[in-house]
Amino acid sequence: MSQASLEQGHYMDAYLRQDRMPHIWCPGCGLGSILHCFLSGLLKSGLSLDKVVVVSGIGCTGRVAGYVKLDSFHTTHGRAIPFATGLKLAKPELKVVVFSGDGDLIAIGGNHFIHAARRNIDMTVICVNNFNYGMTGGQLGPTTPLTARTTTSPYGNTEQPFNVPYLAAASGAVYVARWTSMHVRRLERTITEALLKRGFSLVEVISPCPPVYGRMNRQPTGLDQMRYYRENSIIRHGADPKDVDIDLNGKIIVGKFIDVERPTFSDLQEEMLQKTFGPEIPTSDTPPQEATVAGAAPK
Amino acid sequence: MNGDVACAEGAISAGCRFFAGYPITPATEVAERMAERLPEVSGIYIQMEDELASMNAILGASWGGVKAMTATSGPGFSLMMENLGLGVMLETPCVLTNIQRAGPSTGIPTLAGQGDMMQARWGSHGCYGIIALSPSSPQEIYHLTIKAFNLSEKYRIPVLIMADEIVGHMSEKVVIPPPEEIVLFPRRKPNVMPEEYLPFVPDADLVPPMANAGEGYRFHVTGLTHDERGYPVMNAEAQDKLIRRLVQKIETNREDIIEIEEDGVDGADVVVCSYGISARVSEFAVERARQEGIKVGMLKLITVWPFPEETIRKIAQRVKAFIVPEINYGQIALEVERCAGVAADTVLVPHMGGGVHHPESIMDAIRKAVR
Repeated sequence: MSQASLEQGHYMDAYLRQDRMPHIWCPGCGLGSILHCFLSGLLKSGLSLDKVVVVSGIGCTGRVAGYVKLDSFHTTHGRAIPFATGLKLAKPELKVVVFSGDGDLIAIGGNHFIHAARRNIDMTVICVNNFNYGMTGGQLGPTTPLTARTTTSPYGNTEQPFNVPYLAAASGAVYVARWTSMHVRRLERTITEALLKRGFSLVEVISPCPPVYGRMNRQPTGLDQMRYYRENSIIRHGADPKDVDIDLNGKIIVGKFIDVERPTFSDLQEEMLQKTFGPEIPTSDTPPQEATVAGAAPK
Repeated sequence: MNGDVACAEGAISAGCRFFAGYPITPATEVAERMAERLPEVSGIYIQMEDELASMNAILGASWGGVKAMTATSGPGFSLMMENLGLGVMLETPCVLTNIQRAGPSTGIPTLAGQGDMMQARWGSHGCYGIIALSPSSPQEIYHLTIKAFNLSEKYRIPVLIMADEIVGHMSEKVVIPPPEEIVLFPRRKPNVMPEEYLPFVPDADLVPPMANAGEGYRFHVTGLTHDERGYPVMNAEAQDKLIRRLVQKIETNREDIIEIEEDGVDGADVVVCSYGISARVSEFAVERARQEGIKVGMLKLITVWPFPEETIRKIAQRVKAFIVPEINYGQIALEVERCAGVAADTVLVPHMGGGVHHPESIMDAIRKAVR
């Protein structure tokens, strides 16, 4: 890129915290293109950016919250979903997006993941799955395929991994889709759709981690991993989530698997309240804002 | 009403409109009351999947601009420690009630303990300041819950209410004042344009104003060590600046935060220093000791953290000893001893939990101390 075009900047600059660049992600990582897909998908959704909040946990993907120029929360490991739950219920006008990794969401945060899906909390969860714990140097994770090597499965993984879309669907998610970081156009469209879907939506994005997972599993560069995605991804919309397991270096079924309607937590609560108290009682969607004063409060 | 219910009513009076919790003896009645009451005032009750989630949910709700609380007991308190730390780091107003039971581990779920007092101070990893209040009756827990919400907004910090099973389960008359008599501290809002807003630039009292999510400020906050912009900074200088402020915003405002009750301390030879249900038993023992002609004072700690160091230091110059009854093997007694130093003796009267002291055990300690 020439100096002149660098100075002109990038059309996404307005939506990123330029003062936080360069980011921490490794060469060949999928997070840059996934973040781009998220931002362009978000812009196409027409949602007011002042009302969109990103909540992340810990890990490489957890850093997304720190780079987007939106209200954003970088919380503790595994806890993005319950934090987002409280935020959404307290302020229903917000569109709450949880952006985190497979280890964060499915291992340490697994309990929160299934319960938020069960309750059908109105939020979008973007789960970036790189099959290992990248930030800490490539350890075994909840999605590591059988026989894959990681620093803590040096002889090959012997644990059955979670099939994330199946877990989400079985727990009650109303929208479940999966792409890889290579499917940038499709991923962008899916993100727009997921953001506009009412209820608990999950987008899993398979993403390269060349310096650790890739290196230990014979795909040592980002290009190797992208080539693997291109040659092995099979688009199958409406596939039964139980059939979308991923074996080591095997086929990756991608597409939109689930898109159904189900009342959200707030819908059911409002219905119950109306039944109990009658229509004149304010709904659960409108908690009163506390009195606030302009300026710093006096001591 | 019982203390658990009074705590819930105090929260409603304070304007709390969000409760996230998980059932646990002997704190469940707080959640039950909130589940019943919050819908009546357009609030949200949600029962989370565990206490980790409960603590996070109230932090999220608080950033949504709604006053939020949770309630638990020892085992749940341990789980909440993780995100109590996040609340401290993000400077998030909220209230956490611990109806203490006998521990460690599952202990005696249905009987009292005061074994979590040091956990309240130091339970989350790292170094930070904290505020904890200790009620000794249902009426007091009602008032202290309102006070806890006010302190949490004023100092942007999770405030702990360290009650115990007996206070939680005893039924006494509770007077709920009319709303116009209840003074509430409103959230400090930024008075700069959104593009100029930096989330952690403090006011003179070291507490920064707080924008809520969705108000157009587009701020970022993180549990990582951060600068005034809220951005992570991984070095010792940033750590020094942030942690000093998090500790000092409590330390420099001690006078405003600390509430204690003194009775007959002037001219006393010994002073009984206690808190929570143990303070009530102590008051009875002090009364009886006075009937025996002993000059004994009573110092009841309502604010336990920050610890009223100055008060103890001053009294220590004038008395022979402090008697510290508590339902543990010595936690607050260590603080009293630290502040009394060599000026006065500190005598721990421990109870291992599952009940309260017999007043006679406290009187014995008083008699021995004045001998």
